[in-house]
Amino acid sequence: MEKIWLIIQREYLTRVRKKSFIVVSLLAPLLLAGATLGIAKLNMPSSADEVAVYDGSGLNVLARLAGTDELRFVPAVGASPAAATAAFKKAKPKQAALLVFPAGFSLDTNDGVQLLADGNVSLNRQSNIRKAVNKAVSELKLTRSGLNRQTIDNLRADVELSAVDLSQLGGRKNNVAATTGTAYLLSIMVYMFIFIYGVQVMRGVAEEKSNRIMEVMMSSVKPFQLMMGKILGIAAVVLTQFAIWMMLSYTITTVVAPLLMSTPKADVKTSVAAATTSSDASVAASAPDAPMSKAPQPGGPVNLWSMFEGLPIGSIIGGFLFFFLGGYLLYSSMFAAIGAAVDDQTDAQQFMFPVTIPLILSYIVSINVIINGDPNGPLAFWLSMIPFTSPIAMVMRLPFGVPLWQLLLSGVLLVVGFIFTTWLAGRIYRVGVLMYGKKVNYRELSRWMFYKG
Amino acid sequence: MNNILQAIDVHKAYAAHVALNGVSLDIPERSIFGLLGPNGAGKTSLIRIITQITGADAGEIRFRGEKLNPSHIAHIGYLPEERGLYKKMRVGEQLLYLARLKGLSKADATDRIKKWIDRLDLRPWVSKNVEDLSKGMQQKVQFIATVLHEPALIILDEPFSGFDPINANLIKDEILELRERGATIIFSTHRMESVEELCDNIALINRSHKVLDGPVGKIKDTFKTNTYEVEGKGRLMVIHPDFEVLEHKERENGHFYDRIRLHHNTTPNDLLRYLIGNVEIHAFREQIPSINDIFIRRVQETMPETLETANTLL
Repeated sequence: MEKIWLIIQREYLTRVRKKSFIVVSLLAPLLLAGATLGIAKLNMPSSADEVAVYDGSGLNVLARLAGTDELRFVPAVGASPAAATAAFKKAKPKQAALLVFPAGFSLDTNDGVQLLADGNVSLNRQSNIRKAVNKAVSELKLTRSGLNRQTIDNLRADVELSAVDLSQLGGRKNNVAATTGTAYLLSIMVYMFIFIYGVQVMRGVAEEKSNRIMEVMMSSVKPFQLMMGKILGIAAVVLTQFAIWMMLSYTITTVVAPLLMSTPKADVKTSVAAATTSSDASVAASAPDAPMSKAPQPGGPVNLWSMFEGLPIGSIIGGFLFFFLGGYLLYSSMFAAIGAAVDDQTDAQQFMFPVTIPLILSYIVSINVIINGDPNGPLAFWLSMIPFTSPIAMVMRLPFGVPLWQLLLSGVLLVVGFIFTTWLAGRIYRVGVLMYGKKVNYRELSRWMFYKG
Repeated sequence: MNNILQAIDVHKAYAAHVALNGVSLDIPERSIFGLLGPNGAGKTSLIRIITQITGADAGEIRFRGEKLNPSHIAHIGYLPEERGLYKKMRVGEQLLYLARLKGLSKADATDRIKKWIDRLDLRPWVSKNVEDLSKGMQQKVQFIATVLHEPALIILDEPFSGFDPINANLIKDEILELRERGATIIFSTHRMESVEELCDNIALINRSHKVLDGPVGKIKDTFKTNTYEVEGKGRLMVIHPDFEVLEHKERENGHFYDRIRLHHNTTPNDLLRYLIGNVEIHAFREQIPSINDIFIRRVQETMPETLETANTLL
């Protein structure tokens, strides 16, 4: 055991002391935070949220056009479409588009409405404008048919859906964006880290083999000790990196981000604004009438972390660590076996392919499940039970809430899975590390598994 | 004399071939033992069994009388034929790491590393990465790593291959010194002439079989053919019932070179007496067979069918 400990130490220290590790550990969260903030900044309503409206129909549609946070309708300057266009061109950076109701526009034909813009107007914005116009026009039609304003307002159905997760005690509210985003982020992280660090294990083994230090090592330690020492040492490197990243991102998002994100404008509304209440009870009480996604905090600093309230943070972090480590142990032992079996890293490619297929498959399926499907459906369930796919599939499901028995079952299966692959990999490793100059194929590998001694 | 290591009827087979077929050896304490034979004879397989990298299929290895077990790893130092170190690790750290894997405490290891570093003039290189060292320096580091834990048994596979002559001599001296201090050394090599003068005992292995073993002097005596080399001047016409001329070379100015075998019960002095009466003698010496010659003769006698392969490999 003491020898494994020495090996873990060496593998850990040589990697952690590398410049590349320090650079990646420090820069990655900065880059990520930078990118996130950049996107958030870009997503914030720009000054070009105005749509100029030229109304030549005489129906006064403009008065009926209801703006939103991202969209404001202002009267166009100019007495003709041409003049309005010219004025719009001058005002362009401020105005996103020009909506033209031509002189011939009538409530009977609904024809001829144009949206002029320099370049393309995003689909999202087009659809918002179309909705506003349709709403305005139908109101006008309703008015024409004799209904008064009061009646129209009473007739209007404006329902906001507020999803409440009953499986959580006290009925926590679901922030769909946060849940989906977290699920997506978790699966991408598990996928990337298993891949990156699994390949590092493989490289490390291949390096020891091509350095010819293997035989010296083998005369001091058991092959299995060397393999496990390397795998665990690198696992410790990953965990260190995680810890650094978590701390840095927390610092950046709680200390730095509010300084950057808070703007004097009162109508700031970011997609990450969230409920201001934190206790479950008050959230539950206010749930029916306070749509979560509409809790603006005008002018105040934005707390990026508050959107994660309502997610099962404890089980997400615990589950993430467990399933990442389990998946890493399972895959990295196979990568170690590949590294041991080949002489040359270019030969490793053919063996890496079948090993990475379940990894890639579970990643793709998980992303699809997040986007379209049902995170508790049968596909997600079975993928999160099979040890080869569960590390990714299960962390994807974590933010949506997973029944405890499923977590436990999947965990046990994963442990059994990695014990099995580690045992198998150990058998290949033991033969492979001292085998030079032999082209290895699958038949050869399967024979190694049954070698004695 | 006690044996530090005994191999008793060791068998080892791989999927495609038999590497060791009933090999038995006795390696005396405080000696230099040559494990000789062509490439592929089974030397490395035997060494890997002794170093516990692999296990024997049948037979037993005893270390100081005990059945070989993991506790013996700390008493064995092994320099493999394929040398290698962690390239991106500093010399000092690397030595410390390898020593601690052999069970040395950190303090002990540090202490001994200092001594060896000074002894082999590596002081300026201690905190350099191994990859920044010259090949000769790397080999010194590797040698230190092999002996740092003061093993009772040191196994050197092809010890002088790759060493430049200066380092080879340095290492040779260190090896003799280690024996003085009580270590036993096993040399494994296919270049028999390179270790001949160093070995006290040898074993010859060919095609997974041991063909010969014993003290070098005794083996050489056994394989002496009573043949003498004579150089001189004059006309040597030997047709004598007691000797037989195996080879006769005429050289310029009436010089000659002969190889003469004495028949049974004839002494070298008899030959000398005869020569003095007939020619002028410049040189007279007994022809001692080299280990290489002995190996080939032995293989010829015991497994003539493998001779050709043995010859081409030697």
